[in-house]
Amino acid sequence: MDDGSLGWWGVPLAVLAGAIRISTPFLFVSLGECLTEKSGRINLGLEGTLVMGAMTAYAVSYGSGDPWLGVLAAGLAGTAFGALHASICGLERVNDIAVGIALMLLGTGLAFFLGKPFIQPQAPQLPAISFGWWSGSAQVRSALQVNALFLVGLALAPLLLWGLRNTRWGMVLRIVGESAEAARAMGYKINQVRLLATACGGFLAGVGGSFLSLHYPGSWNERLSSGQGITAVALVIFARWDPMLCVWASLLFGGASALGPALQSVGVTQGYYLFNAAPYVLTLAIMIATSSSRHRLAGAPAELSVTR
Amino acid sequence: MDRIMNALAALLTALVVPGAALLASLALFGAFVALVGVNPLEVYELMYRGAFGSWFSWQNTLTRAAPLILTALCTALPAQLGLVIIGGEGALVLGGLAAAATGVALDGAPVALVMGAMGLAGMAAGAALIGGVGALRHRRGVNETISSLLLTYIAIAVMNHMVEGPLKDPASLNKPSTAPLAEAYQIGPLPGMDVHWGLVLGVLCAVAAWVLMSRTVFGFAARMVGGNPRAARMAGLPVGRLLIVTTALAGAAAGLAGMVEVAAVHGRANAALVAGYGSTGVLVAFLARQNPLAVIPVAILFGGIGASGGLLQRRLGLPDASVLVFQGIIFVVLLASEAMQGRVRLFAPAPILPAAAKEA
Repeated sequence: MDDGSLGWWGVPLAVLAGAIRISTPFLFVSLGECLTEKSGRINLGLEGTLVMGAMTAYAVSYGSGDPWLGVLAAGLAGTAFGALHASICGLERVNDIAVGIALMLLGTGLAFFLGKPFIQPQAPQLPAISFGWWSGSAQVRSALQVNALFLVGLALAPLLLWGLRNTRWGMVLRIVGESAEAARAMGYKINQVRLLATACGGFLAGVGGSFLSLHYPGSWNERLSSGQGITAVALVIFARWDPMLCVWASLLFGGASALGPALQSVGVTQGYYLFNAAPYVLTLAIMIATSSSRHRLAGAPAELSVTR
Repeated sequence: MDRIMNALAALLTALVVPGAALLASLALFGAFVALVGVNPLEVYELMYRGAFGSWFSWQNTLTRAAPLILTALCTALPAQLGLVIIGGEGALVLGGLAAAATGVALDGAPVALVMGAMGLAGMAAGAALIGGVGALRHRRGVNETISSLLLTYIAIAVMNHMVEGPLKDPASLNKPSTAPLAEAYQIGPLPGMDVHWGLVLGVLCAVAAWVLMSRTVFGFAARMVGGNPRAARMAGLPVGRLLIVTTALAGAAAGLAGMVEVAAVHGRANAALVAGYGSTGVLVAFLARQNPLAVIPVAILFGGIGASGGLLQRRLGLPDASVLVFQGIIFVVLLASEAMQGRVRLFAPAPILPAAAKEA
């Protein structure tokens, strides 16, 4: 290790840095999924959307030279997947969970297929803002390199919460999620509301994917996402469908994901794979601890099949 | 006679919607490859040739179908109870690892004993994983789809950890693996072909699953839980036990697939076990409408699609993910076609009427 090394103190620092750096895709996917689930539908396909978003963002950033254009393209690809999910679920007798699994497969497949030519080249990356100028330690400085997208996500959460609570749109969305019957009686078009909610959720998940390829890890390959999407979907349940809680949960999961690389950087190579599985173990443990077979989860949209 | 015709008509009608979905997917896939500048007709021709065009490709197809039958059962059995489980990949990987570890540990023991122990170890590992999913669902209300996928990631991490750590064969440098199985403990080919005995095992399991689900009291009770859990509970059915036993059986099937892959194909456990048989198995189960018998032909079909992937790669330079894209398209179109199920009527049912009325 070089000068100014923090030794074992690097581990909590790296976990903290990871909480900021790795949490962004969790944050965007969970906010998007939160929006979708509020409308009474679950989209498990966000795993595929995330990968598709990562590939699209990388390809567009490489082609155009502008990473923000890549972010936008990733969002639009996610929107298309969300809209596809919603329009199939809008048909009779179609199960939203099954459609999600199908789109997971399709999204991953399409991203791998179309992304083949982009594995080698280096695309322009998203800018990061330094909050660590005050510190003399290189590690602290690099830990406090905060990406602009993370800040966007942070700002989005309270906005989403406010929108769901206080706007007419948010109200309609929640009515559709709580009781489709009531919404129908009030003259709202349920499928249209859910289409919008799922498409917006897809947009956010696509943007989350762009972070993977344009900031951290910062390149496109086929091992880029392994389960961040599905973890984020589970995280929404843990966060009780509250956008602000999604922020804290994402930070927690980001920290857990950083554990493996952090330990490896101080020389702990034993159990590298097991530490990398920490976020999945954490997700599962949280699901076990917070679910109940007897009563519905507090805050769950009543139309949501996944909590029944 | 009329009854037979009606049954035949019902079967044909049941095949129409999934068949049409397959054709539509084929057309969509053709349009997709045309967009990237490849002649779709050439793709179709190569797919047919790679899957079913020769005895050689048939054998390749059937070899891939064997694990697919078993992983599909991992989704199809719990589906009878209304559960959507997608953790077949995890059960396969863990089953393969357990089988390989057993085979290496018992090196030197009689063949029948070792093979039996390997099979049991694989099945037990898979059963523990997916049975655990069922238990969590019953005891804690944990969503089985999400938990089974999370457990798949955890199972893959455990396998990677074991083959690069405690179980690593020091001789396997480039591709960390467990020690190779002795030749005697490997599953051989069926007489007269290159397809291994795992295919027979898969078919037997599928038939047994069908008998269990449609010809026994257990299966009747399970399907009743799937139809209406509340009614089943009120009727005094042991819902929890049905849930846990069925998911454990499902996991055992996928675990057995892992054992077969290790003992018949790879000869050792390593990352090659993560070959997507689990996710394809989910699709096979859905296309077979969760019917264990229908799983067999559908698994052969998808074994063929997988087998043709290599040919598409070599001849047309298409990425290996083409198979994944095609599978994704099939899955999406199939689910959209569910809305058409029951609406299509090919034949008017032959009315059982007096002869005079028929002539009129």
